[in-house]
Amino acid sequence: MQSQATYNYKVVRQFAVMTVIWGIVGMLVGVIIASQLVWPQLNIIEYLGYGRLRPLHTNAVIFAFGGCALFATSYYSVQRTCHTPLFLPGLAAFTFWGWQLVILLAALSFPLGFTTGKEYAELEWPIDILITVVWVSYAIVFFGTLAIRKVSHIYVSNWFFASFIIAIAVLHLVNSAEIPVFAAGILTPKSYSAYAGVQDAMVQWWYGHNAVGFFLTAAFLGMMYYFVPKQAGRPIYSYRLSVVHFWALIFTYMWAGPHHLHYTALPDWAQSVGMVFSLILLAPSWGGMINGIMTLSGAWHKLRDDPILKFMITSLSFYGMSTFEGPMMSVKSVNALSHYTDWTVGHVHSGALGWVGMISIGSIYYLLPRLFGKGEMYSTRLINVHFWIATLGTVLYIAALWISGVMQGLMWRATNPDGTLTYTFVEAVKASYPFWTIRVVGGVLYLVGMLLMAYNMFKTIAGGKAVDAPVLAPAAAH
Amino acid sequence: MDFNVNDLRSIITVLTFLMFVGIVWWAFSSHRKAVYDEAARLPLDDDSPFVSEGTGHPSHPDK
Repeated sequence: MQSQATYNYKVVRQFAVMTVIWGIVGMLVGVIIASQLVWPQLNIIEYLGYGRLRPLHTNAVIFAFGGCALFATSYYSVQRTCHTPLFLPGLAAFTFWGWQLVILLAALSFPLGFTTGKEYAELEWPIDILITVVWVSYAIVFFGTLAIRKVSHIYVSNWFFASFIIAIAVLHLVNSAEIPVFAAGILTPKSYSAYAGVQDAMVQWWYGHNAVGFFLTAAFLGMMYYFVPKQAGRPIYSYRLSVVHFWALIFTYMWAGPHHLHYTALPDWAQSVGMVFSLILLAPSWGGMINGIMTLSGAWHKLRDDPILKFMITSLSFYGMSTFEGPMMSVKSVNALSHYTDWTVGHVHSGALGWVGMISIGSIYYLLPRLFGKGEMYSTRLINVHFWIATLGTVLYIAALWISGVMQGLMWRATNPDGTLTYTFVEAVKASYPFWTIRVVGGVLYLVGMLLMAYNMFKTIAGGKAVDAPVLAPAAAH
Repeated sequence: MDFNVNDLRSIITVLTFLMFVGIVWWAFSSHRKAVYDEAARLPLDDDSPFVSEGTGHPSHPDK
């Protein structure tokens, strides 16, 4: 038994623990900038002002919290569904330390004011190169593990993770094409985009929307397709639907980006293409949501006393809600009201807190005891408390920003009979304060939930020790 | 008649759409059913014997 090969759980453990740590950091920064909107006097020094912390918040929650969760869950599920340890464990360890270095450099360079100004791609060129190296290593480990698999079929979760790894590589390389600045003969960390004008905007939102599509959707669907069946103890509702779901997402997501540029200098036909593909996206999105939720069909009672399953099924409900809202907001006439208002921010957070956050939290709760040799988490009751606090926080957050967003849109477009604007911009700002305050409360609740998770995690780790499960022979062998 | 790059784009759009229809037809064809039923069991048939800390006695957390 001692000499038997084991799965590589070490790198999974490292990423799983850092998911919780970076989640707390990223959400704390979110609470700080939400508070700075309500109480502007909290902008004390330039390094920690709203403008510099905002990209830190988005990068920390997407790439540090979400990224670590994806590394942990993809490394775990690819080994187990392929019945083989990770390919090149040394390179897998490098992806962990390399990714932590990227996060650390982001946390330093944003407050210092280094930014490309491209949303979700603000990191400057030296860090972009490091990301590329780490990402190629990730691809080698992941695809290498698929290549040495002991079963013939590649399970659907791996298809989603694979598409995510390939798409992010392409997006990162194209959108980060930039020219470093030489100042007085010295190479500086500052750069300018290789594109100009509306092409730059289109490349940026082709990137930006597919970061949503492949990082925040396809990859977390991979997580869903492995961990929901595991936690429910039942196979996915329809495997053939998952195949169609996968290819429908792949064929449509790449074209939806222009909806971020409605009523701009982007040609009108390109805006219409973006809108049409966004509307089409409703079908695969809901197909995936139904597939996940219906996995519980016939076993709904499990939801009653399993808070991990509650996290997962609620995350799918938020996924369904935000993928209905998204196509609706991409319709030009709706976008004329919603664009540049808080509605967009609320929409993003219904996806981020509700879908991405909750499916990650549920999956990490599933993983932690298994990685540390325990039967279950230290406290199941605390997971339940976490679930209700996080749900309440999410609902408060998005409801507040729906109201303020629609209100802002209506106030900005209101005109008097003589054609002059009814409200000045600052009147809309003033009217938003109560909702921004509710947003802070929602964000604080979500953060408190993560702190409970960290407590629960450390208590679980303290009572156990790191274990690596033995590699199993494929079931098909019998 | 001149053949230009936009005709090529139209052809590729139609071809990829047909490819997608083909994938749907293939996924729902009856001979795939057995393969998919087995594939859907993949994550469920991989439960490790649970190794608790200290004792070294395998037990099953999911049972």
